[in-house]
Amino acid sequence: MQVIATRPEALTDVPFTYCPGCLHGVAHRLVAEAIDEHGLINKMMGVAPVGCSVFAYKFFNMDMAEAAHGRAPAVATGMKRARPDMHVFTYQGDGDLAAIGTAEIVHAANRGEHMSVFFVNNAIYGMTGGQMAPTTLPEMKTTTSPYGRKTDDVGFPIRVCELLDTLVAPYYIERVSLLSPADILKAKKAVSKAIKYNKEGRGFTFVELISTCPTNWGLDPLKSRDWAKEHMLPFFKPGCLRDKGAE
Amino acid sequence: MAKILMKGNEAVAEAAIRSGCRLYFAYPITPQSELIEYMARMMPKVNGVFLQAESEVAAINMVYGAAGCGKRVMTSSSSPGISLKMEGISYLAGAQLPCVIINVQRGGPGLGDIQPAQGDYFQATKGGGHGDYRLIVMAPSSVQEFADMASQAFDLADKYLNPVMILADGMLGQMMEPVEFKTPKTDAEIADMWLQHKSWCIQPNEDGDKKHHHEINSLEIDPVMLEKHVNKLYEKYAVIEKNELSFEKYNISDDNEILCVAWGTASRVVKSAINEVKAQGKSVGLIRPINVWPFPYEDLCKAIGPNVKKVYVFELNTGQMLDDVKIAVAGKVPVDFWGKVGGVVFTPAEIKEKLEQALKE
Amino acid sequence: MTTEIICAGFGGQGVLTIGKFIAKVGMTEGKNVSWLPSYGPEMRGGTANVSTVVSDEEIASPIVSFPDILVALNQPSIDKFAPSIRPGGILILNTTMCPHGCKRDDIVQIAAPLSDIANEIGNPMVLNMLAIGVIIGKTGLIKYESMEADLTSYMKAKNPELLELNLKAIKRGIEIGKS
Repeated sequence: MQVIATRPEALTDVPFTYCPGCLHGVAHRLVAEAIDEHGLINKMMGVAPVGCSVFAYKFFNMDMAEAAHGRAPAVATGMKRARPDMHVFTYQGDGDLAAIGTAEIVHAANRGEHMSVFFVNNAIYGMTGGQMAPTTLPEMKTTTSPYGRKTDDVGFPIRVCELLDTLVAPYYIERVSLLSPADILKAKKAVSKAIKYNKEGRGFTFVELISTCPTNWGLDPLKSRDWAKEHMLPFFKPGCLRDKGAE
Repeated sequence: MAKILMKGNEAVAEAAIRSGCRLYFAYPITPQSELIEYMARMMPKVNGVFLQAESEVAAINMVYGAAGCGKRVMTSSSSPGISLKMEGISYLAGAQLPCVIINVQRGGPGLGDIQPAQGDYFQATKGGGHGDYRLIVMAPSSVQEFADMASQAFDLADKYLNPVMILADGMLGQMMEPVEFKTPKTDAEIADMWLQHKSWCIQPNEDGDKKHHHEINSLEIDPVMLEKHVNKLYEKYAVIEKNELSFEKYNISDDNEILCVAWGTASRVVKSAINEVKAQGKSVGLIRPINVWPFPYEDLCKAIGPNVKKVYVFELNTGQMLDDVKIAVAGKVPVDFWGKVGGVVFTPAEIKEKLEQALKE
Repeated sequence: MTTEIICAGFGGQGVLTIGKFIAKVGMTEGKNVSWLPSYGPEMRGGTANVSTVVSDEEIASPIVSFPDILVALNQPSIDKFAPSIRPGGILILNTTMCPHGCKRDDIVQIAAPLSDIANEIGNPMVLNMLAIGVIIGKTGLIKYESMEADLTSYMKAKNPELLELNLKAIKRGIEIGKS
């Protein structure tokens, strides 16, 4: 029998608990493959967030810490400072990173903290049942913006990559999407680059992954991808904002 | 080693470094600033980590990350900053991580002021953060004791896998007294300290195929499992309550007409007053809880002598330890209370007056 | 024997340092000591004060309610603390900055234009050393030799001129204290 594909070593055999059509599984796999690719499995540690991916600490096959909501970059800072011989990543959603954890991500980035941050943006709070996120699009309906997000009342979505790009220290900032096989291949390259820079000790690396939430958007998986392409990508434009390694 | 005249804030920082603390995360706040400044100066000299965090919230979560790696780690703040840390403290307790937290208390509530107070007793000993948990809480009353507690606190944290708080105040932080330090741990000793936590902490995988997967976590989504976890914590707390009682008896005798109870800074003022009434031939004793959690309920009750008319509690708050004293005394004799708040510290003369009044009653 | 001292003045006059030297040198002489400053906005230029206790016994409260000695370098310090000096206690007052003095007659008052004398010696900064000298001259609470040894240990190499000025100021203070 020929093995065509197998589970990355950096994932445990615990089955994912995500909704059908959710892209967290793809994002997890990309991160795990990159860790395998760069041979970091024995020296990597990770931080899971609060949100749909709260159980990420069970899925990644290495020592993991579960952080309080939004605090993953601070927890990762403590881990990296305590274990400079190891490498660290955080995996965070948009509510966790761009609302309650804004201070922690901005300051970890500003310190050029040696970590990779994988930021999954689906414009909504998934785990708590579809509330408005800091990345919810204008006029988008959620359970806490039932008449659509009114920008004159609650402002516009936050573009985190652009925000972090105003800082001097970050080494690598790129936004990719998970909306098609071609996009996933591009995302794989970006995730791999972040882990590579992490291995080389270059500093703070940040990859935003535009994703979907079929369950809370009320769309089937394929339609939700089309919706994201049509509505999210014009506002959250994919592309590399910063790559000091390419300069 | 010769004695050095030093502020409490600096003495506890030096003692922590000597105890093997090589990671310190904090945010500036008065009246603990000398502590963070001392760490900023000294940590680089011992190849330690000093990091001024963006907030107290971030600082305590950095502690969570470093403690998850089994390393000796500390943070410090003053009352309003400790409130911000409470979220992280609950997580540390839930995840059973060892660390030391110093609270150089000031007047509250809210922004309050920056003078010494004892208003955080409830917060420190009864929770403060959410959920069922306990901190080991040590309350120094001199600069020497403040410094000595640093190494004791790290040892207790490592022994019980629990956060330990040193509950000091602005007076102990700002005051200078002679202090004698223990011989510092060697670099080799410090490098190996984390090995006692090897079975659970974050570390590189050096065992080839027998890969470990350690989770630093306070989440347990299954209620039955969470119940087991919390019960396990409570079994641990019961052991601590048995083993780690610590208190001082001052002038306790069968002649005592009044038994005072006071902790930390307040206890020193009470001692002065006791000495003054003693000079007038009156006998007043003092029980000073050194650890305020666990609290010495039974020993306090036993210290009530045959001639004691009243147990008198003096605190720099509106009566917080008072509740524990009432539980301990269990109605045996009347319990009275007098306190000062807002950062105003009572004087020996004021306490003496209170004692004289009570002795006449 | 326990001696309780309050030193008070404007921020920048060096009152905290007076207490610090008394405590530090008292410690080297084997006494129990404590030094408790006022802190906060005072250190930015307002009034500052420090309570210092030197004792043969263990020090209970470091808070001084009724000082045995008050060093007042300005008038507000007299107004605030002189009423609480123990009867028979000592008030050392800097007449340059205490125009109204103190009316109490149940205490020993040592009044001298300390700021002017400091300027005469050559540096207004030695005001605190003068005050320490007065305490030594009047009470012998600490020994001049211990004070000299302490200052010499770290100033001789770094700043020998300032060391000489300081020692001169202490000696002058001792004369004032004894007279």
